[in-house]
Amino acid sequence: MKNKYSVFSLIKNALSQHENWQQAWGNPEPKKEYEAIIVGGGGHGLATAYYLAKKHNLKNIAVLEKGWIGGGNTGRNTTIIRSNYLWDASAGLYDHALKLWENLSQELNYNVMFSQRGVMNLAHNLQDVRDLKRRTHANRLNGIDAVWLNTEEVKKFCPIINTSPDIRYPVLGGTLQRRAGTARHDAVAWGYARGASEMGVDIIQNCEVKGIKRNGDRVEGLETTKGFIKTNKIGVVAAGHSSVIANMAGLKLPLESKPLQALVSEPVKPIIDTVVMSNAVHAYVSQSDKGELVIGAGTDSYVSYTQRGSHNIVEETLRAILELYPIFSRMKMLRQWGGIVDICPDASPIISKTNIKGLYFNCGWGTGGFKATPGSGDLFAHTIANDEPHKLNAAFNLNRFVSGDLVDEHGAAAVAH
Amino acid sequence: MFLINCPFCGERDQSEFSSGGEAHIVRPKQPTELSDDEWAEYLFMRKNIKGIQFERWNHVHGCRKWFNVVRDTSNDKILSVYKMGEKPPVNYK
Repeated sequence: MKNKYSVFSLIKNALSQHENWQQAWGNPEPKKEYEAIIVGGGGHGLATAYYLAKKHNLKNIAVLEKGWIGGGNTGRNTTIIRSNYLWDASAGLYDHALKLWENLSQELNYNVMFSQRGVMNLAHNLQDVRDLKRRTHANRLNGIDAVWLNTEEVKKFCPIINTSPDIRYPVLGGTLQRRAGTARHDAVAWGYARGASEMGVDIIQNCEVKGIKRNGDRVEGLETTKGFIKTNKIGVVAAGHSSVIANMAGLKLPLESKPLQALVSEPVKPIIDTVVMSNAVHAYVSQSDKGELVIGAGTDSYVSYTQRGSHNIVEETLRAILELYPIFSRMKMLRQWGGIVDICPDASPIISKTNIKGLYFNCGWGTGGFKATPGSGDLFAHTIANDEPHKLNAAFNLNRFVSGDLVDEHGAAAVAH
Repeated sequence: MFLINCPFCGERDQSEFSSGGEAHIVRPKQPTELSDDEWAEYLFMRKNIKGIQFERWNHVHGCRKWFNVVRDTSNDKILSVYKMGEKPPVNYK
């Protein structure tokens, strides 16, 4: 790497008042033709380009981003990373990603601030208890660390939780994955962008795709706001806008795009050193390194591309947070925002070829794509380079909606929807 | 979040309603004749339009009746509301 970051580069640049740091990634104009084009410069798209260049030796790759890199859902999520999914296919996919996370800062020479602070999922009724215990067993059979905690152990692990039996949704226990945690979301996009740019990937920002040129059953290129770009391989990683791109190619996807929102509080001293999620009351919370509480809310029930989210959803979430953590009752919320998430009927992603040759889709991550960023990029790169899925993403094909072989993670995987 | 003009009750808060998704997906007349592809199309595939979308809503915390709405999903503006069984307005595409 040309400009390797290290303690020595930090000292050297400190001596020159930090005025000589190199630009971390380039800002090129698009070429006429590429071997492969990735549509969408979020974490997943940049990771895809990175692994295409690194593991599959493609030399001529572009990433097109209609806004700025990491400005979509990569910069809007609540940064939770975990792999405690119920079904074997999901466990394989998300744990592959978690293993890559564990070495990502070293791999990218960029501090993604991955922090394995643990993720705890709470149970509030007997069915939750049964479901979460079942998932704990399934996780362990798949080699994923998971433990069941009773109410006292939950209280011990996170003392600020209200475990009184008198509350509307009492805490009857929970599961804990200690290897799970959080990472700095922007750094993931920036780290992959820098790594990909270093290997010659063109990252083209402010370039929106307007159309897909087809010749019969294969793709020939993309119409963009910066002109026509020729290519035989298009990997679409457009999150909430996946259906918009699919419609350009005359495809329909099994997706609905909905606003999902999150909010952060004013910064306070360290008070919660883990991530706590609760499906039944629909609230999850962690604390950022700056000290803000990061709170995730639910999705709106209707299709919308407005990146806002409804007030009543925030109200429901905060009601649940206040009952579980009475200590937060005087906290002020500083910011609230929404991102558009593309939700599949089975709450599992699509990393797949399509019936149009050279057109690949990586979408449907719904409310929980951030955690999979490295794994998703790695497997999607494999799928594009070999025109065949990797065994870890074979189950996540588009054809499962025809065959009926769904990977039904709705509710089963402690997924907060 | 927005207001919806229920054709039976008048203007109410969106939180009183439940979204039924894309409208005018016709239930297959002879389900036994359907191929797997046709089932997938009927059950799962959606236009998921960014822009003007025809959709169904139910006034679940009100009259509990279903009706259709034309809404621009890029800004949540409602352009038209019409009852079930009525022809969709033709001036929106």
